[in-house]
Amino acid sequence: MDWGALHTILGGVNKHSTSIGKIWLTVLFIFRIMILVVAAEKVWGDEQDDFVCNTLQPGCRNVCYDHFFPISHIRLWALQLIFVSTPALLVAMHVAYRRHEKKRQFRKGDQKCEFKDMEEIRKQRFRIEGSLWWTYTSSIFFRLIFEAVFMYAFYFMYDGFRMPRLMKCNAWPCPNTVDCFVSRPTEKTVFTIFMIAVSSICILLNVAELCYLLTKFFLRRSRRAGNSKQQPNHENKEETKQNEMNELISDSCQNTVIGFSS
Amino acid sequence: MSWAFLRDLLSGVNKYSTGIGRIWVAVVFMFRLLVYVAAAENIWKHEHDEFECNIKQPGCENVCFDHFFPVSHIRFWALQLIMVSIPSLLVVFHVAYRENREKHHKQKLYKNPGKIDDGLLCTYLISLILKTGLEIVFLVLFYKLYNGFKIPRLVKCDIKPCPNSVDCYISKSTEKMIFLYFLVATSCLCILLNLSELSYLIFKYSTKCYLKRHMKKQQ
Repeated sequence: MDWGALHTILGGVNKHSTSIGKIWLTVLFIFRIMILVVAAEKVWGDEQDDFVCNTLQPGCRNVCYDHFFPISHIRLWALQLIFVSTPALLVAMHVAYRRHEKKRQFRKGDQKCEFKDMEEIRKQRFRIEGSLWWTYTSSIFFRLIFEAVFMYAFYFMYDGFRMPRLMKCNAWPCPNTVDCFVSRPTEKTVFTIFMIAVSSICILLNVAELCYLLTKFFLRRSRRAGNSKQQPNHENKEETKQNEMNELISDSCQNTVIGFSS
Repeated sequence: MSWAFLRDLLSGVNKYSTGIGRIWVAVVFMFRLLVYVAAAENIWKHEHDEFECNIKQPGCENVCFDHFFPVSHIRFWALQLIMVSIPSLLVVFHVAYRENREKHHKQKLYKNPGKIDDGLLCTYLISLILKTGLEIVFLVLFYKLYNGFKIPRLVKCDIKPCPNSVDCYISKSTEKMIFLYFLVATSCLCILLNLSELSYLIFKYSTKCYLKRHMKKQQ
């Protein structure tokens, strides 16, 4: 049991995301989760064993370590990744609910239902509009909030993003002030800066996706308002149909760019 | 045998759950199982090696560790996670029994074997009550065993063979406490979800029953 299970869940949401959403998911899995599992865990693996204090006083090392590292970087990043991935579940639940409704319609033999069989319903990709738009947008908003909160918490707890080589500790039972040395400080600093940079890229991607969704929403609204003002006439109907088809084509082209297969 | 079994079990349960039940599965999976495996397990990995007492007397550290941690926190939570997920198996078994019966009699006995009605409703309610009960039992047990939800930095130990009272230091106490609070909070959230699902189901089916009777009387 590992992060692979998270990949399975989020991969399902991938189908209904925008193209920026798919890029975000790729960045999340390759640059954050994979780096966390493959590299960072090894670097922080011996953090307490190799945390050495210049004293023989039993207990001083434990207490100083606990004082300087209230929560290990690795665990904080793992928590951040879990919290940041959770809003995508909202979208997954909403899609599952819509699918359930369509299946119910189909079973009742509703004439309005345009699907031929259950397989089509299962494979259908829902467009991000209506209530799904609101769910999707709020999930991005929560993602942004969680990322920002965790980055701030990290900065606040560790006084910046640098890992010092030497820490001076005078917590009881250490007699006077004691020098304590952190293991692999440079490597840890490098990884910390890397994870922070990727976190910032993810924040930027989320902001861009939010702007894209808002722009699309307002454009659609103005188009609808424009269409309803005009006189209903045959040529306009054909134009709007052509517009919708063009939109569908451009959307499906965008969404075959990158991303996991789901 | 690993946690993958529990993950598959939870995905199986998801199919026959109500909406709130699915949220419960998501909370257990994301906030308890994943946090346990990805983060919490590693904190307690070397707890015995890192437990240090201010004494050279052989055996004193072992005895003191055993006194203060009869069951390690992490093993306690693993047990809690497993116990709390098991009642959901009752529902899965009942649906499998229904499908088996249909196969045996070679005719459609139920409109939908997976729909929560009559017998399956009882099983579902029992599983909810068991889940909630087990969560509360484990929380109370934890509280009683460790004298509250705290992990101190220093504990004083005076059990033989330690001469007099000896200072013993627990490693990573702050980090352990953060995760302790997190896991207790998610436990309480799960209890709330179970209780609301219980009340929702009781309300829904009692109104259904009442309306049916009312319609019959009118006829």
